[in-house]
Amino acid sequence: MTDNGILKVAMPKGRIYKQASKLFRQAGLPIPEDFDDSRKLIIPVPEANMEFIMAKPVDVPTYVEYGVADIGIVGKDVLMEENKDVYELLDLGIAKCRMSVIGLPDWKPVIHPRVATKYSNVASQYYREKGEQVEVIKLNGSIELAPLIGLADRIVDMVETGTTLRENGLVEMETLFQVTSRLIANRVSYRLKNTAIQELCDRLSTVIQVSV
Amino acid sequence: MSKPKVFEKPTGVKDYLPHAVAKLRRIERNVLDCMHRWGYEQIMTPTIEYYDTVGVASATSDQKLFKLLNQKGTTIVLRSDMTAPIARVVGSLLKDKEFPLRLSYHANVFRAFEDKGGREAEFFQTGVELVGDASPEADAEVIALAIASLQAAGVPAFKIAIGHVGFLNGLFEETLPGRADEQEALKECLLQRDHVGYRDILRKLVISDSVREELEGILRLRGGQEVCSQALELSSNPDAKAAIRHLCEIWDNLTAYGVQEHVLIDLTMIGDFSYYTGMTFEGYASNLGFPVCSGGRYDNLLEQFGRKSPATGFALKTTRIMEVVEDGAEEGQRTLIAYAQERKMDAIRAATMRRANGEIVVTALVSEEELDSFVGMVNRPLTFKGVEYDQFVLVNGKEGQA
Repeated sequence: MTDNGILKVAMPKGRIYKQASKLFRQAGLPIPEDFDDSRKLIIPVPEANMEFIMAKPVDVPTYVEYGVADIGIVGKDVLMEENKDVYELLDLGIAKCRMSVIGLPDWKPVIHPRVATKYSNVASQYYREKGEQVEVIKLNGSIELAPLIGLADRIVDMVETGTTLRENGLVEMETLFQVTSRLIANRVSYRLKNTAIQELCDRLSTVIQVSV
Repeated sequence: MSKPKVFEKPTGVKDYLPHAVAKLRRIERNVLDCMHRWGYEQIMTPTIEYYDTVGVASATSDQKLFKLLNQKGTTIVLRSDMTAPIARVVGSLLKDKEFPLRLSYHANVFRAFEDKGGREAEFFQTGVELVGDASPEADAEVIALAIASLQAAGVPAFKIAIGHVGFLNGLFEETLPGRADEQEALKECLLQRDHVGYRDILRKLVISDSVREELEGILRLRGGQEVCSQALELSSNPDAKAAIRHLCEIWDNLTAYGVQEHVLIDLTMIGDFSYYTGMTFEGYASNLGFPVCSGGRYDNLLEQFGRKSPATGFALKTTRIMEVVEDGAEEGQRTLIAYAQERKMDAIRAATMRRANGEIVVTALVSEEELDSFVGMVNRPLTFKGVEYDQFVLVNGKEGQA
């Protein structure tokens, strides 16, 4: 939130960055496709009057909530899981996928249902609201393993194409919600850097393809 | 849970060391002095209140209230703000006092711990309540005082965003008459700052394209005075129009105060709908990701304490303001009087005289050897046992030398 008019943008490293930077370029912002030194954490982009903070996607809402980044780009999955106090300004329509319940094709109800997931808040809330009692097991990766080796009877995870699921003999059982990347803003920056943020929103809006 | 380790404290609470306390007190004093000059008198209320009275009336949601049981099993809350306790006092102890009442406070308030960034379980608020005046002049006075208070606190650069709950209520009632659930869903999105969700709901609503455009348009109603005229064109609902006119009058008053450079209008900014009844505002400082003050009009609260009347006010988030304010220079000279055993009376008498003159004086009995090393350092700055002194006085030798 420095006052020199530079927007500090928390950018997710990896997959989403490529798509987001493409969208920014389509909107007429001169953002490089890739950076020479990908280990750099803070990247000035003076051409666009911005500074990128390269973050692990799950940390983007935290940087924005505390105001060390004015705005950020993050998947709806992370926003739902982290539940931070930030403005959700735009659906960028990129990095499309869905949050789903996944299991083995011959799944049958069990006495002590267990659901493994990276998204423990999302999963807990989903089953709580449905009135189903399940034990949610937090895992940090290779979620698909859980039903294969009997740790859980189902998993809650993101599905993009479903290839990984099919390769592991798993099927999608229910969809919780659709996921795309969002533009988020800090409460204070949204007011103090209103002009710059609104201009960015307007530019991006013209190139976003939102499927309804 | 296992027994806490010896240095552990409950989550969300803090110790304040001397330099932090000095800073907090300085801010508190400057702000309260400022409020005093505007005719606001300071009030103190108890830390604990009944859940069923002040707890229920407060703007804090139930799960964020710190609850305890007293020895009779009645639920007690640690105060979560000062507005509800002051409303209780206005309805009881001050019930015969004529309106308007101008009251100020500085107090620690409590919120049950939330697992969210920057939230503390105990923090300090400094604020005012202006009770018994519904005019735009009263709202403007409170906003102008908030600005003066932030300046008095030493906040270098800040903006105040003003909104009005009446505008959105009126606009929704006009465009979605009788569709309470849909109105509620849209408001909830705005309250959650979820503009994507807000647009999604609009897209799915059965409404004409012009209404949809109108409702989407409010997301852009941010800026200066021009926003008011844009908003007037948007809605023909009398409530919405009255809200905007009220805002315009507040703006005109703020111009008279000469503070409009600090003020923005943001009609999407909404506080808690069940609590605020009119104008609401929030203050933002550069270099801090969280608001530094918030306030607004709450005309329904006093009724709950038997004295129906309009009221408006604000609270500075003093604990947060500490983060953006420069450390002040220490006030007052600090003198060390070191003395030999046989000159104790003289030394203490000298210290008493200096203290009476407002100096900060520390006395120290020192040994013969130490005395020797001190000679030659008299009347100069000195560090003694880790503390810095501006002046050093040595009381030794014969009577009558100090």
